[in-house]
Amino acid sequence: MARDTPLLVSALALAINAQHELAARKRQSAGGDKVHPGKVNPILEVEGLTLSFGGIKALSDVGFEVAPGSITTVIGPNGAGKTSLFNTISGFYKPSTGRIRFEGEDITATRPPARAKLGLARSFQNIALFRGMTVLDNIKLGRHTHLRTNVLDALFYFGRARREEMELRQEVEERIIDFLEIDHIRHMPVSVLSYGLQKRVEMARALAMRPKILMLDEPVAGMNREETEDMARFILDVRDEWGVTVLMVEHDMGMVMDLSDHVVVLNFGKLIADGTPAEVQANPEVIKAYLGSGDVSELRERLHQTVAVGG
Amino acid sequence: MRIGTARSSYRHDEALFDSRTQYAWLAILGVALLGFPFVADEYWLYLACLVAINIASATGLNILTGYTGLVSLGQAAFMGIGAYTVAAFEQKFGTPVLLNLLAGGFVAMLGGLVVGLPSLRVKGLYLAISTIAASVVLHFVFANWHSVTGGHSGITVAPAEILGISFDTSFRLYWLFVPITIMMVIGAANLFRTRIGRAFIAIRDRDISAEVLGIPLLRYKLLSFGLSSFYAGVAGGMWAYFFRVVTPESFPLLMSIFFLAAIIVGGMGTILGAILGAIFMTMVPEALKLIVGWLPLSTDATLILSPVRTIVFGALIVGFLVFEPLGLQEIWRRIRRFFHLWPFRA
Repeated sequence: MARDTPLLVSALALAINAQHELAARKRQSAGGDKVHPGKVNPILEVEGLTLSFGGIKALSDVGFEVAPGSITTVIGPNGAGKTSLFNTISGFYKPSTGRIRFEGEDITATRPPARAKLGLARSFQNIALFRGMTVLDNIKLGRHTHLRTNVLDALFYFGRARREEMELRQEVEERIIDFLEIDHIRHMPVSVLSYGLQKRVEMARALAMRPKILMLDEPVAGMNREETEDMARFILDVRDEWGVTVLMVEHDMGMVMDLSDHVVVLNFGKLIADGTPAEVQANPEVIKAYLGSGDVSELRERLHQTVAVGG
Repeated sequence: MRIGTARSSYRHDEALFDSRTQYAWLAILGVALLGFPFVADEYWLYLACLVAINIASATGLNILTGYTGLVSLGQAAFMGIGAYTVAAFEQKFGTPVLLNLLAGGFVAMLGGLVVGLPSLRVKGLYLAISTIAASVVLHFVFANWHSVTGGHSGITVAPAEILGISFDTSFRLYWLFVPITIMMVIGAANLFRTRIGRAFIAIRDRDISAEVLGIPLLRYKLLSFGLSSFYAGVAGGMWAYFFRVVTPESFPLLMSIFFLAAIIVGGMGTILGAILGAIFMTMVPEALKLIVGWLPLSTDATLILSPVRTIVFGALIVGFLVFEPLGLQEIWRRIRRFFHLWPFRA
């Protein structure tokens, strides 16, 4: 935020806002209002999470809840521990203390493949697509845990293997490829795609996992304005049409404040704020973390101006 | 020029061969394979059988190294397990040929699973070294487990016999080996149309994100090792019926390198690559031998030329790696593409 030109941010925010309003209207017409965290049983609970690498504490005593159907965003300056938090939730790192509960079930000791099967899908900050495969195969791979084909079926491509592949192909085409508007690239190898399209394919692959919660690590980082708008629209649609809870890490403040129902702020591995976008914006700790210490009230005013223009 | 191949169903779009032209070429290939034994002499039939065996084994190694990204230098040793199993079954129990070949495959698969165990922790060159270690251990077992393997003198294998027909010539073995190899190749091609094959490629390309997508790494790496050594075991079994004597020296480390070279020259991670690579590696030394034989030279000159042949073979391999790193299959694809677009784009 400190480095961003306020003008750029506000322009971005304005553009996204239009999309957001549309989605909000859709949600209201569907009978649902903004989801308030804490009122329903959370889909994901993180409790007292501490993660250390040698002497360095990447996370200390982090705890928050993600309400089902919400868009929850984790923000924080570089090196605050956001990606470490993601990696712990998806099971790469084992926390030294603390618990992660998914739909009430303790998954702290569950291996990553089993978490995927439960409905925890994620994308990566540095795109992690399989470069040797086409877009279609990358997306199909997401369904892996839900398919039953065994080696013998596969070698003979008979019965179950053929049936499953055809069903999968149809569903991927009709629900995911159409939804994300990537039908023109389905047979291309992913390595030739632009950055924005690769991010979209990664999201498609995550959606093929039949996720209950979709974790996006910086979904719009490095994207141009148009790509960012598209992605923001897809994130809202995923929540509204698919009913998938979204947990994301993002630096684009305009997008964070517009899309999120709930914002969690990390700094130096500690949770410093947790609440609605408006609450977080007003939090002096957050302003200090982002803009450095100084005259807090003046900085707060600057931040509010930016956001007021934006949305 | 390729037109009129619009697809109207997902099944059609996912088929291994999807155009009439491809079916026509397949039919021609089929007729050629059927007719070949009747026009070829003993020498060419011998080569054809050898090529079939090598294609089966190279396809197996391609599943492991080309598709799953686990470099193995143990393929010859797994072939050895298959060959010894077939020889022992044939000698001790006299069981049917196809059962022996399957048994060879399964015993080799067990070996492969054990050798594959370190692959969760060990990758790349380190894994290659650990598979070399495994093949050294296996060589020791072949040479010293006298009651089963017959020690250094090895086992003589009786000719394969199915329904009273003795498969004792290359002509007859051709009808046994070629269908088996074709089935194995089609099996491998099918594998990569399903979730199992996709999981292998995912592990090769990015094992960490494969895990997040729900692929248990150890299980799939072992599966890949198992399948690859099953292929090697069946190929080794065919080898035993072909050469009819199995000794510890039949499956040297050099042979493992031969198969690795075959899939690299052919094109790793493609079905066609293993086939073309195995054909290239088997046939080119023979072709060079023929060319040297045709040259009007005295006997002395032929003696000098035989090491030159080896050097030319090596140079060809290096040449392919430098000028076509994607292997022979890429050359093939380029030729195909040319004819698909011709005459609209040169």
